[in-house]
Amino acid sequence: MDIIVEKLVKTYGPQKAVDDISFKVNTGEVLGFLGPNGAGKTTTMKAITTFLIPDSGNIYIGNYSVGTNPEEVKQNIGYLPENNPLYEDMPVIDYLKFVGELQGITKEKITDSLLSVIDTCGLEAEKHKKISELSKGYKQRVGLAQALIHNPEVLILDEPTTGLDPNQIVEIRDLIRKIGREKTVILSSHILAEVEATCDRIMIINKGKIVADGTNVELRKQAHGNDIIKVRIEDNDTNSIYEALSNMENVNMVDIIDAKKNRFQIDSAPNSNIAASIFSLCVEKKWVLTELIPVETKLEDIFKEVTK
Amino acid sequence: MSKIWIITKRELQSYFDSLMAYILLILFLGFSGFFTWLYGSDIFFIKQATLMPFFNIAYWTLFFFIPALTMRLLSEENRMGTIELLLTKPVSNWQVLMAKFSASLLLIIIALLLTSPYIITVYSLGNLDLGEVFSGYLALVLFSSMMIGIGLFTSSIGNNQIVSYLLALFIGIFFQIIFQMLGQNFIGFLGHLLDYLSTNSHFASMTRGVVDSRDVIFFLGITFLSLVFSEIMLIRKRY
Repeated sequence: MDIIVEKLVKTYGPQKAVDDISFKVNTGEVLGFLGPNGAGKTTTMKAITTFLIPDSGNIYIGNYSVGTNPEEVKQNIGYLPENNPLYEDMPVIDYLKFVGELQGITKEKITDSLLSVIDTCGLEAEKHKKISELSKGYKQRVGLAQALIHNPEVLILDEPTTGLDPNQIVEIRDLIRKIGREKTVILSSHILAEVEATCDRIMIINKGKIVADGTNVELRKQAHGNDIIKVRIEDNDTNSIYEALSNMENVNMVDIIDAKKNRFQIDSAPNSNIAASIFSLCVEKKWVLTELIPVETKLEDIFKEVTK
Repeated sequence: MSKIWIITKRELQSYFDSLMAYILLILFLGFSGFFTWLYGSDIFFIKQATLMPFFNIAYWTLFFFIPALTMRLLSEENRMGTIELLLTKPVSNWQVLMAKFSASLLLIIIALLLTSPYIITVYSLGNLDLGEVFSGYLALVLFSSMMIGIGLFTSSIGNNQIVSYLLALFIGIFFQIIFQMLGQNFIGFLGHLLDYLSTNSHFASMTRGVVDSRDVIFFLGITFLSLVFSEIMLIRKRY
């Protein structure tokens, strides 16, 4: 099921939390929502799950409109809210059963659904414990399990990996990617690396507006046309190397990173093959080139740039 | 309907798991039993085969106990954020409210059923009017549903249980005492209206064995209004 958001507007008092946002997420796509605090990520997600009623704009999940067919929308959505609220006084398995029943899973199928979701989320050993007794990571798994129990077509996950340890994060990311192959997933996160690793498409929101939208690669290109390369040249006079590098064609700027080890960072002019030129230079001068590392533009830089 | 029952089951479970249910049952039976049988103008004192002393004491016991039962219903969900989880499941606001209402009412009905030995005892002691007993219990159930409605509403306002409890008592005391007092000071329509809004007269006539539709409508009306207000509070949070 596709998610279509059309001209969504939501204001809190004088502040526009979401300002005329439109986008579409296709089936089989994992969309990562990025943005500084208060950018409107959670508000947008809450509006998609029918919880928040927007000031204006339409949201469609498949053919169902959030405004006019909320019941059908809710049946097809699995939602993990921010801060992962749970009925802490309930045992894990009872809680999951409760959610499953609410989602309309029939009596015959509920045991299978429970077992499969407990298995996918790794809750086997904890299933009879009270939720309040679980660690934060396990609570997060319970939150994820309740979102998955009815095998929804659309998954909305608000910061799904907070509180998990590195191993769990990898597991959950794998799980999300696996689910994302057939279903539509929107997840938000503060961790850029996570969005990069999990999502097919990244959308950056700032002050209620979409400021960047595209795949990982597209976003990098959008931000920088030039290459940045780290170079180390052994056993030579730092200054002469610096001069030679600076005088090369297509070089914007040379930075000395480590004078003792002769390490430099070279910022090239857009669309030039700077690595080849450096190599030829070294051959010509008979320098020993021991490092030539292309530095990728980090998503963080893009993030900083568009959310200024 | 089944969605309501799923949530009601969970709420009841939660009452019993948190010991709230046991505490309520024990205190309710203790208080009402003590004052019905042992102390004050008890059954032996008035020397009549009637459950009137029990109805009167239960009336006030429930007034104080029901807000304690309902204070957590929505305020806790608001505080923990679980309300978001619940309302993004395929259930409507009404279903959630009805479920929580029914859970509390069922617990009260259980408490009242546990007083059935009182009926048997008095029945064996003298000539008990069973019609009066029936209408008395009906009055207690109707009064309870009104208090649960008010409690559910005050619980839906914020996320603090104590505020919810006190506010329910505050609203309740108007119906219990203040409207009646004010009613005595006014004549004409306003006087009648205030008198009608007082629970005392409705409750008293029902415990005497008179089931009047006006009394039933009064209790059900306040219950319904409270639920409507609760729903407004639920919707307001989503804007």
